[in-house]
Amino acid sequence: MTRQRFLPFVPSLTILAMLGPVVAGLYGTVLPAFGHFPAVGLQGPSLDPFRALLATPGIATSARLSLTTGLVATALSLLIVTLVTAGWSGTRAFRALERLLSPLLSVPHAAAAFGLGFLIAPSGWIARLFSPWATGWTRPPDLLIVHDPAGLAMIAGLAVKEVPFLLLMTLAALAQTDAVRSGQVAQALGYGRLTGWIKGVFPRVYAQIRLPVYVVLAFALSVVDVAIILGPTTPPPLAVQILRKMSDPDLTMRTVAAAGALLQLGLVIGALILWRLGEVAAAALGRRWIMAGGRGRLDAPLRWLGLKAGAVSAFGVLLGLAVLAVWSFAGFWGFPKALPDSFTPATWMRHAPGLRAALGETFLIGIVATSVALILTLGCLEAEYRHGLKITSRGLWLLYLPLLVPQVAFLPGLQTLMLGVGADVGRTPVILVHLVFVLPYMILSLGDPFRAWDTRIGTTAAALGASPDRVLWVVRLPMLLRPVLTATAVGLAVSVGQYLPTLLIGGGRVATLTTEAVALSAGGDRAAIGAFGLMQTGAALVPFALALLIPTLVWRNRRGLRHG
Amino acid sequence: MDKGLELRQVAIARGDKPLLSIDAAIAPGQVLTLMGPSGVGKSTLLSFVTGTLAPGFTATGQVWLDGHDISRLPPHRRMVGILFQDDLLFPHLSVGANLAFGLRTGGSRAERRIKIDSALAQVGLEGYADRDPATLSGGQKARVSLMRMLLSNPCVLLLDEAFSRLDATLRAQVRDLVFDRARALHLPVLMVTHDAEDAQAAGGEVITLG
Repeated sequence: MTRQRFLPFVPSLTILAMLGPVVAGLYGTVLPAFGHFPAVGLQGPSLDPFRALLATPGIATSARLSLTTGLVATALSLLIVTLVTAGWSGTRAFRALERLLSPLLSVPHAAAAFGLGFLIAPSGWIARLFSPWATGWTRPPDLLIVHDPAGLAMIAGLAVKEVPFLLLMTLAALAQTDAVRSGQVAQALGYGRLTGWIKGVFPRVYAQIRLPVYVVLAFALSVVDVAIILGPTTPPPLAVQILRKMSDPDLTMRTVAAAGALLQLGLVIGALILWRLGEVAAAALGRRWIMAGGRGRLDAPLRWLGLKAGAVSAFGVLLGLAVLAVWSFAGFWGFPKALPDSFTPATWMRHAPGLRAALGETFLIGIVATSVALILTLGCLEAEYRHGLKITSRGLWLLYLPLLVPQVAFLPGLQTLMLGVGADVGRTPVILVHLVFVLPYMILSLGDPFRAWDTRIGTTAAALGASPDRVLWVVRLPMLLRPVLTATAVGLAVSVGQYLPTLLIGGGRVATLTTEAVALSAGGDRAAIGAFGLMQTGAALVPFALALLIPTLVWRNRRGLRHG
Repeated sequence: MDKGLELRQVAIARGDKPLLSIDAAIAPGQVLTLMGPSGVGKSTLLSFVTGTLAPGFTATGQVWLDGHDISRLPPHRRMVGILFQDDLLFPHLSVGANLAFGLRTGGSRAERRIKIDSALAQVGLEGYADRDPATLSGGQKARVSLMRMLLSNPCVLLLDEAFSRLDATLRAQVRDLVFDRARALHLPVLMVTHDAEDAQAAGGEVITLG
């Protein structure tokens, strides 16, 4: 059978699809960064690109902003997740928060950032709700809340999206750490719920979520779309500076962009080292704290602080989506009215052709990338089962690598490289680059449930005469329908949310909902942003809803699979 | 001897550490019981016979079934039936579809349906074909699991603590049913158990390992 001969090669193929573009992109970054760019007649090596980069106005501020926003957003998200889980896991409030998790996770970063911006801006919903009766404002106050120079709005925008991600990872880790009984033991020894959890369970949980935390840090430090929507503008964070230089019609500016990309990579590596040192310091302090035996005097206030912070972060996204919806249907909406004078579908009608085209492009790219990724993912997991070929034999690092290398560090190089070899930018390369990010998330999502499947069922089926292929298609995959569909929805959501890969590798000619929405941000047409942001969210959210609904319908008469 | 199961100088090791070695023959209709503390490698021996030895284990020796060396065959070509302590019915298939999965290919739809219905009738489960296996009682599941295996025409029957999850009365019933069937079909049976009563009911040779 051909598949049998093909299957052992799937893990290698997957690694190639995941890491090939990253390695090629980094290679394509290093050469122009050191002044070697034959396409425009530059022969290296030279340090001119770095000199030009350092001469860019505000570059030091940009670099510092990247570091501060990234580190603060990551620390804040981790703190909120820790407080909420420590103080509330196992309670009704926590379960309510858990139920909000999947929808919150699937909201793309750009849509969440737009929504948050529309909430907290001087003319946003919050200001309107309190004006003029409480604030006295009859016109939006002259405050720089969004695009503030310290990047506080950007930090908030990142945190509201990273909290659900880290919470999901924490929940997965909790399942493997015997957290409930450890918490009970701590409480029996007289510890407050929160203190007992942090002292007794958190160290084990953190060991498991360390890589996801690093991913959050690397992402927050180099994010582009959230920085464009909420971040400081003069100067912007480094990643945005790099993108600007990539968009410069003067092709020699790409060497400067490449130098910036290397600087960005250095910042991420430096921040990861800094974070690691912080872990060591926190562990040392934590051990002293544990030795001191304090039972937690601040438990009660901290628990409530955690719950409030968690709720604010969840509602920051949900209310943001609501305000996007209101704006997309708003007629005239003057300040300080809480709601528009009238509701009209005019915005949706006006943008219908653009929305339809962008939706089609988004789904075309997403479905192809996700399908390929699903085949590779299943191939990897099945090769591991049948032939013991483990893709993660070198540790989970391999899977996390494409998520740790900042996009803005290798995508410019990849684009330049493609330019150099005469490869055309466009849809197909965009799909291939989406694979780099879709694959690890899908493998991570499907890996645990796939491996948790009782292999004695496979033995039984084989003993009944079923070939390995038949076991896979007739027994294992139908039983794993729910996790397979969830992984597919994760893949689609990841693809839908991609901004920089679509923009750079699409050469600006591939217009998805995300690139269109972010492009609108400069214009400030809130109604149009509302429509595109909402559509973008829908494109990511509907697959999740289907992933919940389909198994429930298909297996409605199978009690054994109702919660599988 | 031609018919039956033969374990020829089988030795199993985990890494470098030898676990067990055995040389035995089971004639059709006979039961060989393996007893011993957990961790001694009883279930591992069964997985060697089914061809699903876990990575980390190595085995030497041969398994002969009805005069053929099956040691190199893939699991699904060995004609080895196995029952575990859990029923392991496929939760996504109806009771009838579970049996159809076991039933060897061939025959028209109607003929297959008749075979399945009669298999259900033989164990007192008439009309259960369209049921969700999750709605069955423990004893009913055990019976469906047995019939599913028998419909695949195995040449040998392996029992891996097959009765240990059932309560005392049910246990005796299901055990008698399995041994009766095996004798009627002249199947050699290799049973792994930690329960002396199982061994006694089997009535055959008992090997104590470890």
